Amino acid sequence: MTYQKPSFRHPAAQVNELGYTRRDYEGSLSTLCAGCGHDSISAAIIEAVFTLPLEPHRIAKMSGIGCSSKTPAYFLGRSHGFNSVHGRMPSVTTGASLANRDLVYIGVSGDGDTASIGFGQFGHAVRRNLNMTYIVENNGCYGLTKGQDSATADVGSKNKKGAANPYEPIDLVSMAIQLGATFVGRSFSGDRQQLVPLIKAALTHRGFAFLDVVSPCVTFNNHEGSTKSYAFTRERIEATPLDFVPMREEIRTSYAAGATQEVCMHDGSVIRLHKQNDEYDIEDAQSALQAIAHHNKQGRVLTGLLYIDRDAHEMHEVLGTVRRPLNSLTEKELCPGTKVLDSINAGLR
Amino acid sequence: MQGGVPAPVPGYHNDGENTLKPTDISDPEYFHKVVDCQYACPSHTPVPEYIRLIAAERYTDAYMVNWESNVFPGILGRTCDRPCEPACRRGRVEKEPVAICRLKRVAADNKGAVEARMPKAPKRRNGKRVALIGAGPASLTVARDLAPLGYEIDLYDDQAKAGGMMRSQIPVFRLPPAVLDEETGYILDLGINRHFDTRVTSMKSVLERNYDAVFVGTGAPRGSDLDLPGRTEAAANIFVGIDWLSSVSFEHIHTIGRRVLVLGGGNTAMDCCRTARRLGGEDVKVVVRSEFDKMKASPWEKEDAMAEDIPIFNNHVPLEFVHRDGRLVGMSFDKVDVVYDDKGRRSLVSTGEPPVFFEADDVLIAIGQDNAFPWIERELGIEFGKWDMPVIDAVTFQSTLPKVFFGGDAAFGPKNIITAVAQGHQAAISIDLFLRGESVQARPAPGVTLVSQKMGVHEWSYDNAVVDDLRYKVPHVAKEVALKDLKVEVELGFDARAGLAEAQRCLNCDVQTVFKAAKCIECDACVDICPTECINFLMNDEEPALRGSLRAAATNLAQDLYVADGLTQTRRVMVKDENVCLHCGLCAERCPTGAWDMQKFFYNVTKAGQACTPSKQ
Repeated sequence: MTYQKPSFRHPAAQVNELGYTRRDYEGSLSTLCAGCGHDSISAAIIEAVFTLPLEPHRIAKMSGIGCSSKTPAYFLGRSHGFNSVHGRMPSVTTGASLANRDLVYIGVSGDGDTASIGFGQFGHAVRRNLNMTYIVENNGCYGLTKGQDSATADVGSKNKKGAANPYEPIDLVSMAIQLGATFVGRSFSGDRQQLVPLIKAALTHRGFAFLDVVSPCVTFNNHEGSTKSYAFTRERIEATPLDFVPMREEIRTSYAAGATQEVCMHDGSVIRLHKQNDEYDIEDAQSALQAIAHHNKQGRVLTGLLYIDRDAHEMHEVLGTVRRPLNSLTEKELCPGTKVLDSINAGLR
Repeated sequence: MQGGVPAPVPGYHNDGENTLKPTDISDPEYFHKVVDCQYACPSHTPVPEYIRLIAAERYTDAYMVNWESNVFPGILGRTCDRPCEPACRRGRVEKEPVAICRLKRVAADNKGAVEARMPKAPKRRNGKRVALIGAGPASLTVARDLAPLGYEIDLYDDQAKAGGMMRSQIPVFRLPPAVLDEETGYILDLGINRHFDTRVTSMKSVLERNYDAVFVGTGAPRGSDLDLPGRTEAAANIFVGIDWLSSVSFEHIHTIGRRVLVLGGGNTAMDCCRTARRLGGEDVKVVVRSEFDKMKASPWEKEDAMAEDIPIFNNHVPLEFVHRDGRLVGMSFDKVDVVYDDKGRRSLVSTGEPPVFFEADDVLIAIGQDNAFPWIERELGIEFGKWDMPVIDAVTFQSTLPKVFFGGDAAFGPKNIITAVAQGHQAAISIDLFLRGESVQARPAPGVTLVSQKMGVHEWSYDNAVVDDLRYKVPHVAKEVALKDLKVEVELGFDARAGLAEAQRCLNCDVQTVFKAAKCIECDACVDICPTECINFLMNDEEPALRGSLRAAATNLAQDLYVADGLTQTRRVMVKDENVCLHCGLCAERCPTGAWDMQKFFYNVTKAGQACTPSKQ
């Protein structure tokens, strides 16, 4: 058993614009089951952050409990992190964001952590448009407790013993749009070409960016009859490929020319969507919900950037909080003196 | 969307006619090439196998693995040109390769009794007689391979003992005579008829003795001379390097002047200058026509010479032996610039400065050596071609007279010991086939095994952890001690502890990553875990495009791409760039389905008499 990754890297390993190598964004060796989709998502996060690029120490990884919530140990080993209570990652992140709005928050959660025990917290983080990227590693089962059906398991999907799930699933992307999320996407751990630009776009979005990523549980939910297996997902996926073009770069697409929609982000970077047949306006929540429902009905998994609202105000803007992180405030700002106190008191008279 | 398989995403390349063919891993040469050290070795010694045995303190086993393949582990562990080391994969992921050569010596130094494991000459001979001319590494290898098969071997040499140039040209401070005696002894003990102190002066007379086959392993015995003004007048103090080295070796020469010039930039020049330092040369200089980096000497031999206070003067072309009153006083040289034309051809252009003069009491000329076959009569049917070299088949080492074979430096000019050994093995195969009445072209296939190293879920039977240690230095005796006595061996060799640590640096490149596409679920776990970004899943393409589109571009064209098709979900192909794979086994550890496995590939060059007899059709 190997506990430590060899320290040698490819001799031609790239250095990003900030001078970091990929190794600077890696974490410790994963202890998840071999072949877990979550490890793929960790790798996609590393790739997205490395190429965007972001400085490791400007990032905070937030998580709750579950296989998914273990993964922050396996990526961004030089970033901040908080492994919180089950389902409570959104409130802890809310607090962290209020204290330091300058960090980039990446929340990693699972279908249990988000759609069951943390469902209430999830809803309120969405409602407040908390400035974070919230990734659900969705495998449709409770892998850490031996594979019981979770709240996102499709009706009729069979567990490892062959029993079909009787309940309707909670569709997290529809839920997020309905609750007012301002960036909603869905992807698949096995489609790195789509997942990486989607994460980059989510990290760039100002406000609550939600990503539901189908991530097969290789141990308990990758069999025939499961609707979250590698094979089933690949068979039913309806992917809208996209490119993420940072502001500074010239636009070069890795996809062939076709119907392309460009979405300009706040910082000037551009998301280019390569649509094939399903034309709907991703800035219209109603048509997004319809398209998602339409595909669900056909038994297909619609992936890509599903909805974006570029004009909404994020939590700090709504609350009108101080523009700087609290830890940078000095006594001068915190105790402005009698004069200011007097003027406040005068205003209350 | 058909058949439950997603259509290729636009922009991906489709399978076309010129896409890379899946790799045929059943071809032994594919995985052989991955074991860079073994592939680069002329004898194809299974390097990682013996290094692992050293790490397990199984020195005797390690020695025998070597002995099977290269016949002279103790000698080569001190003197080999080590083509394996520049090839070593470790040199591509960090600064320096594994010290393969000196690990071989660790096996030889620490081994137990090996006599019982050596082959024996059969009690009954097969009635065939073979003459070997010259008792150097090539002939001794032929003897080693043929004697156990029952051939009667007559070994001729003009020296008193076996070893050839290993005895006459390699100084004793690099190769102690005891090591030579031991390893040549294992071969002579196979019932070889020794005809030492016997100079063969006529091939015709050899053939008249009705041998069934004759092998010529007489090396390249003639050192090049330098015909410049003053050569004849100052002849008393000018020596041809290899002749001078053998005179030292056979104790005909014991001293040299205080100031010595050595001409030439090869390993012989390095041996000459270091020997001169031990015979009284205090001011020894090496003067070379070429640039430092272009010198033929191995880098470590240059280092060892310079460590003994011997300066190397490059870009100096000799002009004249300067003499006064019939005695050499020095040499003058023209300083040159090295100029390359558009086609990369080199020429030496004088700088126009006045000639440089170096004082000298003696000059040693070590500028090259040639073959010489004045003893082979030209009417015997042995054809000679370009440069008066015999016409030899490059695979079978047979001459145009079917019963006469050549090998070692005598076949294709001066190379090195390990090449002579490799050629000796091949010549022995040819002689055996020839004397059994079979075609010498029917070369035996290599012996190959490929065995999984899996011991448990995440356990391997090899040490898969990759250590960060840098190359260990072989300790030397103090310079003052070494320079005082010609017979003191300079290198002390690794002790067991350093040997173990150095052995752990080996990446086990013979433990292959074997991929079975049918088991793969395309979860990317191997892609993500690979420390050196070797593994890719993508649509197939033409090789140049594919090499450029990998996670890390595969720019080392000498290294193959391992391509596997048959992935059921996406119809992509698995492409692994073998270049900097650490053979750490993490891909196989992280694979949920066992699509990757670590399998030990053992490649053994088949020796004479070991092959199954091919059926005659």
